Amino acid sequence: MFENIGEIVLLFWRTLLALPFAWRQRQKVFDQFFEIGNASLLMVCILSFFIGAVIALQTGPVLVERSLSSAVGGVVGIAIAKELAPVMMAILIAGRIGSAMAAEIGSMRVYQEIDALRTMNINPVHYLVLPRVVAIAVALPMLVVFAILVGWFGGAVVAEMNNNISIPIQAFFSDLRDIVKPKDVANGVFKSFCFALIIGVVSCHQGLVTIGGPRGIGRSVTKAVVNSIVLIVMSDYLLTRILLK
Amino acid sequence: MMNATGNNHSGVSLQVRGLRKSFDGQEVLKGIDFEVKPGEIFVIMGPSGSGKSVLLKHLIGLEPPDAGEILINGESIQSPEIAAKYRMALVFQSGALLNSLTVGENVGLYLTEHRLKPPEEITRIVAEKLEDVGLKDATDKMPGDLSGGMKKRAAIARALVIEPQLILYDEPTSELDPLSAVVIGEEILDLNRRIHVTTLVVSHDRELAFGIADRIAFINDGRILKIGTPDEVKRFDDPLIRKFLNADFKRETKS
Repeated sequence: MFENIGEIVLLFWRTLLALPFAWRQRQKVFDQFFEIGNASLLMVCILSFFIGAVIALQTGPVLVERSLSSAVGGVVGIAIAKELAPVMMAILIAGRIGSAMAAEIGSMRVYQEIDALRTMNINPVHYLVLPRVVAIAVALPMLVVFAILVGWFGGAVVAEMNNNISIPIQAFFSDLRDIVKPKDVANGVFKSFCFALIIGVVSCHQGLVTIGGPRGIGRSVTKAVVNSIVLIVMSDYLLTRILLK
Repeated sequence: MMNATGNNHSGVSLQVRGLRKSFDGQEVLKGIDFEVKPGEIFVIMGPSGSGKSVLLKHLIGLEPPDAGEILINGESIQSPEIAAKYRMALVFQSGALLNSLTVGENVGLYLTEHRLKPPEEITRIVAEKLEDVGLKDATDKMPGDLSGGMKKRAAIARALVIEPQLILYDEPTSELDPLSAVVIGEEILDLNRRIHVTTLVVSHDRELAFGIADRIAFINDGRILKIGTPDEVKRFDDPLIRKFLNADFKRETKS
């Protein structure tokens, strides 16, 4: 993975340079955006509901036992908004959308469609990479906002229903509001924006360097997902460190 | 058949000098030299694995050479302005149509992406080019729904839209039945007559080569062996060329 970091950064730079052409490619951006939202919204809901629920289940009884029940909403709220929603949704999207990007561009590469674009003087970065990166960079933060809300709701439901916690939903959200600030949500959303860029560029790069037949496409898909996840987790620490200041 | 836009073009000249290319230490092109005159149909023949397709990728600028140069009207193919100055097209062996687009969208892609014409005009040109290659009913079909021959004809229509001054064909008749192969051959000839496009065909199809070529070059093991007109080629005494041209099944009949 690390031997390709230079190429990935270069592709990111070329994509940035291509940004003025994003309006021209708006139809493709919209198609990709719809694809990402449509393919992932239900999964995002299910995943984030249960993440919120399990965080409440793990932390609630411990905090209530120590007479810290007013902290449950805050702990669940912070954990979901700043860490779990952005990271887990990014991993989900890397698996669902990053893999599809690598497979689609990889098969275009293997079956000479990208060569055909180049012979027509059509830049593959403008035509293929730009719409995907822009679409995922807009879609993932929106999905994460959605995931944060559903995750909080999942935590609140468990906090009320579980006998060892038994915090009413209104009290849970009131405690949450006391501790979680808009800046915390903004931190999470900003992190997800950075993760989206990683998924988009890494997956498109992996597609563009695909060689071989169907086996090569399979290899590219696996590498795109694994490399995206590794880079997401590594950059998560870095971003968290920077945003703490 | 008519040229859809009614324009006449003159082809460009193509010169290849000392072209060399290696992949992973294996030399595929070992010093290729030849020249194609404007408006000429030049066919490169040779056995599979002789370097024909790699040569084509160099000629359209998809691969950079290790050594040597390729000149279009005297200007290097590697120069950044060349793509804007000359219109060139490559008809891929597989067609290389974009599978996510319809045939019509594929054919009009060059015009759409470069915003060269208004949408209604593009629709008209696409319809005319598809009619030129006998695919007027295929506009809304997906490439996956086409046969091998239809894909190739659609790829030719896509190349025609560019109104190229140099058109390269990679094995245009491979995987085709003899009738379709003749149609494609006639298409290549007709296009050359109509817009005087410089045409370079890479093929191992003997009938096609002798049917359409102004000159034929033989390539083997990364080198050009001989170049000549079809009549001259028939008289070449190079054993490899003779063997290639006369290769046929031999089956003893029981008496």
